[in-house]
Amino acid sequence: MTTISPTTALHKPMPTGRYSLTDLMRSEWTKLQSVRSTKWTLGLTVVIGLAVSAIATLETTSHWNSPGSTHFGFDPTSLSLTGVFVAQLIIGVLGVMVMSAEYTTGTIRATFSAAPRRTDVLIAKTAVFGFVALVVAMVTSFLSFFLGQALLTSPAIHATLSTPNAMREIVGTGLYLAITGLFAMALATIIRHTAGSISAFVGILLVLPSVLRAFPDSIYNEIDKFLPSRIGAAVLQIGPSGHDSFSPWVGLLVMLAYTVALLVVGGVLTNRRDA
Amino acid sequence: MLDYIASCTSTHDRSIVYTSTRTKSRAPRPTISHAITVKLSQSSKNVDATREGIAVIEAQGLTKHYGNKVAVDQLSFKVRPGVVTGFLGPNGSGKSTTMRMIMGLDAPSAGNVTVNGRHYRDLSWPLHEVGALLEAKAIHPGRSARKHLLMLAQANRIPGRRVDEVLEMVGLSDVGRQRAGKFSLGMGQRLGIAAALLGDPEVLLFDEPINGLDPDGIRWVRTFLRSLAKEGRTVFVSSHLMSEMALTADEVVIIGKGRLIVQVSVEELLAQSSRRFVRVVSPDVNPLRVALESDGATTSVEDDGSLSVRGKDHKEIGELAAQLSVVLYELTPQSESLEEAFMELTETSIEYHGAATASVATDDSVTTREAQ
Repeated sequence: MTTISPTTALHKPMPTGRYSLTDLMRSEWTKLQSVRSTKWTLGLTVVIGLAVSAIATLETTSHWNSPGSTHFGFDPTSLSLTGVFVAQLIIGVLGVMVMSAEYTTGTIRATFSAAPRRTDVLIAKTAVFGFVALVVAMVTSFLSFFLGQALLTSPAIHATLSTPNAMREIVGTGLYLAITGLFAMALATIIRHTAGSISAFVGILLVLPSVLRAFPDSIYNEIDKFLPSRIGAAVLQIGPSGHDSFSPWVGLLVMLAYTVALLVVGGVLTNRRDA
Repeated sequence: MLDYIASCTSTHDRSIVYTSTRTKSRAPRPTISHAITVKLSQSSKNVDATREGIAVIEAQGLTKHYGNKVAVDQLSFKVRPGVVTGFLGPNGSGKSTTMRMIMGLDAPSAGNVTVNGRHYRDLSWPLHEVGALLEAKAIHPGRSARKHLLMLAQANRIPGRRVDEVLEMVGLSDVGRQRAGKFSLGMGQRLGIAAALLGDPEVLLFDEPINGLDPDGIRWVRTFLRSLAKEGRTVFVSSHLMSEMALTADEVVIIGKGRLIVQVSVEELLAQSSRRFVRVVSPDVNPLRVALESDGATTSVEDDGSLSVRGKDHKEIGELAAQLSVVLYELTPQSESLEEAFMELTETSIEYHGAATASVATDDSVTTREAQ
């Protein structure tokens, strides 16, 4: 009797141990698939990615024989994947909302009531969204490739999966897209507000490069390669020549490092701040 | 009012209870717990018996600053199982902040609060142990009520059928698949209550649960809270309405400006507030007033010019008036309402607050007030 406290006389057995990451990932999966914005943004990521690739490849095909056009160094794979630069904005918006919606709707208090170890919540969310983002990013990347190649009709040249570097570019692009989504989620972990996080995300991707251009070339050329947008371009081996770029894989690692660093900062803040 | 202080008993033998709680949460749950529940609900009728030794929620010197604004100020109280404990205070007195600190959502600036002897963060299965309604409609408007409950259930390994059970209990079965954004405030409250019940927890916190409810809903919540307590659970419910708490709670923790005013049983509070006084209206109250006070009564002149007399009944006052040949227009025995008692208590806290410059120690805040 001494081991039983009447203060916790429950009416059903409790599980043993304590709530685990698996429980939290199941919960995060339910959260993710139970709001419409997820399906919309994921669908749009694929559709917009494909649409932009289609326009780019159709345009190239129709002007292939225009006078004065040279096709030296033409990379059909890279061209068919250009839609990713638009798709990354949409998956980024989803990444932001996955986190910021918890705060703006107040759901975070229910979440942390069920799982007060906040780092675990963050890990579970990152894992679930990261997985979904990766699947959608790969689908976008591969479909863009196949659609683009199908639209690059003769006389334009096209690539196949066995074309040198094609696989590397497709997979690299998919990874870049998925990491960018997580990068946006990590920003929202720190900023918490939807509008602020999206502004920061778009600012880093699109505005920061133009701002840096105001610096002297000697400086610009040095720091340019660290920009997420330049890393993305390097994966596709496009961009202004004469600039130093990371190789595609190193670039992706740098991008991943940014994301992890932001998540760590976000994790520390999440644990410190009132929910 | 100082009489209330006597009821604030302090117990120091809780550590034993806490230790056993810890042991138990890891061990397989014995079937004997049913017997305990029954025993508890019987003993809970005897308030004094359970007041000793058991405190499920315990705050000690709990303090919260937002910038240089003090929301909760050295608050200490204990919440016992088997009764409904009301958490009373005017709007903005720190009730919600205190609730959030209990739930580990806001970190205290100083002090400590535990549930079953542990910090909320350290609970193994939080929803199985504590259920809370903190604010209505803190739900993603695009998510259905069912999915909202499901994602919470999954986080604590609660089976999906329990979601349907709690939806049924709060009367939301028909709208469980609708998006929560369409819910009325009352439906939002019911959904919040459903979420609190998900893990069939022993400890329940409700922050202003009747806000936005219609009279039927209010009665439902009132009955519901009482039945939860009768099952031996710990029920801590905040409100800014004294009259509501008088109907629902067995005991109240009253705060004003983030400070504890008093923790007292509703019974004692009622006994206090039914203090009788006599309303006297006369064109010439002063001679009567002087005579009454020299005779040991206390009097006060109200805003409308009437005289409130305590310590003499209406017969004695009438006879005295006749002796003095004072004309009386009205001579009415009155009893003070609970709301008035509450107002009086919280107003005093504001005065007290303005006057006191020195800080007051945690556990002694009540006794310090006694000294005032």
